[in-house]
Amino acid sequence: MSVSNNTQTSNAPLGDGGKNWANDGSRNAILSAIKNNQPQNSSLPVIENYPQPFTDVAEKYKTVLESIGGAVHEIKNYDEAINIINEQFKGAARIITVNETFASIAELYQSGKDAHLLEDVDVAIINAHFGIAENGSVWITENIIKERVLPFICQHLVVLLDKKNIVPTMHDAYNLIGDKDYGFATFIAGPSKTADIEQSLVLGAHGPKTMTVFLLHAE
Amino acid sequence: MTYQNKFHNHNSPLQGAGAADHATLSGQFNKDEARVNWHDETLWWIRQKRDKAAHNIPEWEQLRETASQIKNNVLSNLSEYLAQFEDQVTMNGAIVHWAADAKEHNEIILSIIKQHNETRLVKSKSMLTEECHLNEHLKANGIEVIDTDLGERIVQLANEPPSHIVLPCIHWKKEEIGELFHQQLGTPEGNADPQFLTHAARLHLREKFLTRKIAITGVNFAIAETGEFVVCTNEGNADMGAHLADIHIACMGIEKIIPQRKHLGVFLRLLARSATGQPVTTYSSHFKKPRNHQKLHIVLVDNGRSKQLGREDFRNSLKCIRCAACFNTCPVYRRSGGHSYHTAIAGPIGSILAPNLDMKQYADLPFASTLCGSCSNVCPVKIDIHQQLYKWRQVLVQQGHAPVSKKIAMKGMAVTLSNPSLYKTAGKAGRWFVKHLSFITNNKLNPWYKQREMPEAPRQSFSEWYKRNKKGKPPAPKGE
Repeated sequence: MSVSNNTQTSNAPLGDGGKNWANDGSRNAILSAIKNNQPQNSSLPVIENYPQPFTDVAEKYKTVLESIGGAVHEIKNYDEAINIINEQFKGAARIITVNETFASIAELYQSGKDAHLLEDVDVAIINAHFGIAENGSVWITENIIKERVLPFICQHLVVLLDKKNIVPTMHDAYNLIGDKDYGFATFIAGPSKTADIEQSLVLGAHGPKTMTVFLLHAE
Repeated sequence: MTYQNKFHNHNSPLQGAGAADHATLSGQFNKDEARVNWHDETLWWIRQKRDKAAHNIPEWEQLRETASQIKNNVLSNLSEYLAQFEDQVTMNGAIVHWAADAKEHNEIILSIIKQHNETRLVKSKSMLTEECHLNEHLKANGIEVIDTDLGERIVQLANEPPSHIVLPCIHWKKEEIGELFHQQLGTPEGNADPQFLTHAARLHLREKFLTRKIAITGVNFAIAETGEFVVCTNEGNADMGAHLADIHIACMGIEKIIPQRKHLGVFLRLLARSATGQPVTTYSSHFKKPRNHQKLHIVLVDNGRSKQLGREDFRNSLKCIRCAACFNTCPVYRRSGGHSYHTAIAGPIGSILAPNLDMKQYADLPFASTLCGSCSNVCPVKIDIHQQLYKWRQVLVQQGHAPVSKKIAMKGMAVTLSNPSLYKTAGKAGRWFVKHLSFITNNKLNPWYKQREMPEAPRQSFSEWYKRNKKGKPPAPKGE
């Protein structure tokens, strides 16, 4: 069967939003079997606001991110970040950014191009919405990275985070996220890693080999 | 030992399921004592990392309880949540498919691949696709599947199934991986450095990410409220595959549903800490809508789950979030290896899931446990795993699926225990045999003697001792 993206075959409507696809029979059988077998309602618990044993969220964030292989620099302005990036990634052939402030040292990303063209990016400089102290991660949504694969395909990831925007736990994170809409979003905590070979930790599995977070606190 | 030898030793336990039971397959694993010790100690080390991570969270036990209650709510409203999820997914522009069993799951995926005229794809970790034997089905239909998780790629190159759901090649030594990569990927002979080998795999797999148009991923959590799903990895392989592919197919068991986005806060705090002791996985990616011009398919799979939901004693096994904490703590798993369970999901949780699918084939698994209860103690969603293992034993015996050697022994035991004089005589005879003819028990025909020394037999039974003492007689002198 040969079908291009928009062609419809006899029993397989492929258009976006086409509900169910050629197997309504299994759907109803599965749902009715579940309905017959599911126990009496058990109510949802309340998620409490757990007090945390740390008070300095930025300090906690830094300690945790460093413990999972990330690097943290506290900066007062973007010029400091530019200097550190210039120093740290001296030999980088392709630095790309979605933040205009860094256009002097990096190629400004143009949306709408084939994502595969990002394959040779050495350094990607992106913004994050907020960070989470308990696990060192940052929250990133599709609209601020422009291309989903960008923070994964680059060899090194640089993230700009406002020091004010660090919350203690994942519960706080989801309170901030609320019911906001996005196509894709992710928590990133440190460089990509694996320990699949004899439990030896190796940084740089498929994604970035390093992650550097700049914590901006303007005076 | 080269990887070929190793492969022949392990020879496709999944395909050969039914032929050899847990005890036999453990016996094969136990032949290499150094490997068993390494396996045992490494998994215990991961268990300790889990403890450390858990103890850093003062509210850990409350989190477990909350997670357990959320999952109880999910099981009691599963049909409603699935219908809600389907509506939301459809509104998000993705396509939902329903598969009653493994066969239908595999057929749906094959038909999507064929519709797009593709013959190759990348796949990140999905235990569901292992459960359904998707790779074998696609291969038989001329489709090339590249597993992109490093551990899964290693076992795939060796033509083996994973032996652990989080650490797929925990049974492999780095020298063997070096040899495997030398033969399959052309790395220099004798190089077994994990850093070097990981980098070689990175280059090898990057080419696959860039050239494959279809990516299959698993699903860790699916949110009824929003129709999004979350995939957790450390390597970034699910994201590399999905964000570069024209077609993303996500496969999930129907029990992966959770009601609301905010519930992720609870589960993401528990998952990685329970699994490896990390505060969170490197990536927790939330997929809600397809990219422009991308197709996103979500396959919802039952495959016995709705049936398990109807088994009151066993339904809460469906709360599992696949962290493998129960594997790492289990004294039997650590010393018998994942392949001895001859099912996609090994360990204590696998042993209570598998009999639901096939009681006859997996009748041995609930007996592959000491019932020590450690699995239940570490479970982040509080599944009563050891109690279910015990209950499955009773169901299996009642249904006539008990292993043959156990049936004979149990019958003999029942006769002896119901007959006081036979019990006394048997006890005397037993003590005499163990003392004077110890080879009768200490031999290879007695499975209990494996890796054990028999205790010294007491000179008298308790009832003999009691009779003497009751009448005021001194106990038998030493050296009698």
